[in-house]
Amino acid sequence: MNMSNNKIKEKKESRRTFLKKTALASTFATLAACGSDTSWDEFFQKNFKTLENDDKNKIIERLEKKYTEKYGKKFTVSGKDPIDDTLFGYGLDISRCIGCRKCVYACVEENNQSRDPQIHWITVLEMAKDKGVDLFHSNSDYDRELVPDDDHFYFPVACQQCENPPCTKVCPVEATWKEKDGIVVVDYNWCIGCRLCMAACPYGARHFNWSEPDIPKDEVNPETHYYGNRPRYKGVVEKCTFCVQRVREGLYPSCVEICPVGARKFGNLLDPDSEIRYILKHKRVLVLKEELNTQPKFYYFY
Amino acid sequence: MRWKVTFINFIKESIRVILKGNKWYYTWISSLLVLIVWGGLGYFEQLKNGLIVTNMSDSISWGFYIGNFTFLVGVAAAAILLVIPAYIYHWKPIKEITIFGELLAVSAVIMALGFVIADMGGPDRLWHMIPVVGLLNFPDSLLAWDSIVLSLYFLLNFVVVTYLLYMHFIKKEYNKKIFDKLILFSIPMAISIHTVTAFLFNGIAARSYWNSALLAPKFIASAFCSGPAVLLILFQILKKTTKFDIKKEAIWKIAELMAYSMFLYLFLFFSEIFKEVYSGTHHLVHLKYLFLGVKGHTDLVIYAWASIIFSIVAFLLFLIPKTRMNVVTLNIGAVLIYIGVYIEKGIALIIPGFSPDSLGQLHIYKPSMIEIRTSVMIFSLGFLLFTFMSKIAVEIIFEDLNINKLRSKSHS
Repeated sequence: MNMSNNKIKEKKESRRTFLKKTALASTFATLAACGSDTSWDEFFQKNFKTLENDDKNKIIERLEKKYTEKYGKKFTVSGKDPIDDTLFGYGLDISRCIGCRKCVYACVEENNQSRDPQIHWITVLEMAKDKGVDLFHSNSDYDRELVPDDDHFYFPVACQQCENPPCTKVCPVEATWKEKDGIVVVDYNWCIGCRLCMAACPYGARHFNWSEPDIPKDEVNPETHYYGNRPRYKGVVEKCTFCVQRVREGLYPSCVEICPVGARKFGNLLDPDSEIRYILKHKRVLVLKEELNTQPKFYYFY
Repeated sequence: MRWKVTFINFIKESIRVILKGNKWYYTWISSLLVLIVWGGLGYFEQLKNGLIVTNMSDSISWGFYIGNFTFLVGVAAAAILLVIPAYIYHWKPIKEITIFGELLAVSAVIMALGFVIADMGGPDRLWHMIPVVGLLNFPDSLLAWDSIVLSLYFLLNFVVVTYLLYMHFIKKEYNKKIFDKLILFSIPMAISIHTVTAFLFNGIAARSYWNSALLAPKFIASAFCSGPAVLLILFQILKKTTKFDIKKEAIWKIAELMAYSMFLYLFLFFSEIFKEVYSGTHHLVHLKYLFLGVKGHTDLVIYAWASIIFSIVAFLLFLIPKTRMNVVTLNIGAVLIYIGVYIEKGIALIIPGFSPDSLGQLHIYKPSMIEIRTSVMIFSLGFLLFTFMSKIAVEIIFEDLNINKLRSKSHS
């Protein structure tokens, strides 16, 4: 290769690096425009479950700061791990439930779901007494002055916290998994929003942030958990976590606390003296869509 | 070093070729560009506001985008499947058939990936799927499998077709030992991309409509119709406008093979209908929604019947020798098949899978304007890419654009 060729090459090289730089810069500019308040650290954050405690704490600190600034309230984000020898189970007394949907809204407030568009983790189905538990003849949009209606019974559905969850298996990036205490969680910072888990869930328990979630500042709940009720992002999936921020501190999920007729029960399946074990032993229990072998830890009884 | 220079020449010439053309060419390109900008502005709205601008919901959480994705994976697969009969029957322009099949495959995969990205809630997080850098859930997630086979398929076809064209350009015989094997390898790869895509739906027990073992065979059978349908029309155009010389018999043979695979598809389809109708379980409701309507909602019925009727008519047109060999009926058949399969994958596969939803609630979905615009953008980008690549291929193969000519030109 001769001199002139070399020079041409150099010139080309510099042009190429220039082009590369411009392309890179414009890509990041676009990303910045789309990701609104995404910081560098946040963008390059790894899957939370793969991180060491130090890194986890740094992320939690960053999030606490961010949420505190955004909502003008002192936020805490817990990263509390599962308690040993605990496997959470849920019981729902179909004969007691009156379909008042108090649980639905208590859940929204506790778990910081978006108000506009509305996201509900609990769906209450109204079922005709003469049809029995028949999803296709159920109605989730019932709107009555007075509940319960004489000809109907009510069947609330939320995440069934399956022992064999089809939703976690299909996730292409391991952004969702079952914790040791049986709760299926989502890393909202790792989810890519492909919604394969929503297709795979037989219970309609997974919900998507179709837009930037909207939570009024005065209603936001500042006591949060990383895998639970911390504010979510546009374009990620979320779901019921049995109020992970509460149950790992020894509290009941908020739907259990609010239920005016005591239809909702909760406890440790590994503790033989727990209320949930009593129900399993003494009541007529059914799980939803048993034939799919998802093995729910959400037991309907009557 | 020398090949580097010639390769740069190859790229330069390719760019020159796509920049020049007659007024029809410019009209076509500029209309595509207009559509890309129009669609792109729609997509920008989606990036800004989120997928709320689509008509998808928690109930029907996939729609038009994933439908188009599935259809295009089929086109990408089938474009290569045409290489099989070309080998078996020793069709003369086998290399040309391979090259155009691969160009179609490359464009279709690009469009398919475009639709997946358009459907993602966090396209900026796509890197989470890159192994090592991110965390790919392999082998558990079928989407992980799909991303791997689709990327490999794209790379394989892109490398092979670029190499073949480049060797043509420098007037050298291509390395048969390696590349004939690679071309043959692309055949099982083609089957695999469509099978894995079918398994993605098939493996979901929560959606009974997809949870049928016939889904993957049905996918392959119908793709074997839609992919060749595109190439059938393209080959006729090439035959008219270039020195591309494909025998009439080869075209008829393609149509005949399409008739057989259409028969197979219809057979599988009716087997499924029989099983669902006769056993009459709750799962029947999805087919009912598609073909008859449920609770007064009949929005898909017209498409469902159109797809089946088009497919049957095209099958008959391609089965009867007289209509198969007639240019007019042959092309009508190709268009009918294309529309039939497009409806089958784009509309009749995804939407009834989600409605009624997993809690038995019936919701209605039809794509929003933004979804249509984004799709138009992706399709136009794909067509643009295919036009450019085909033009380069035509110039090199049929107009004898090569390095020697270039040299002699620069010397004179």
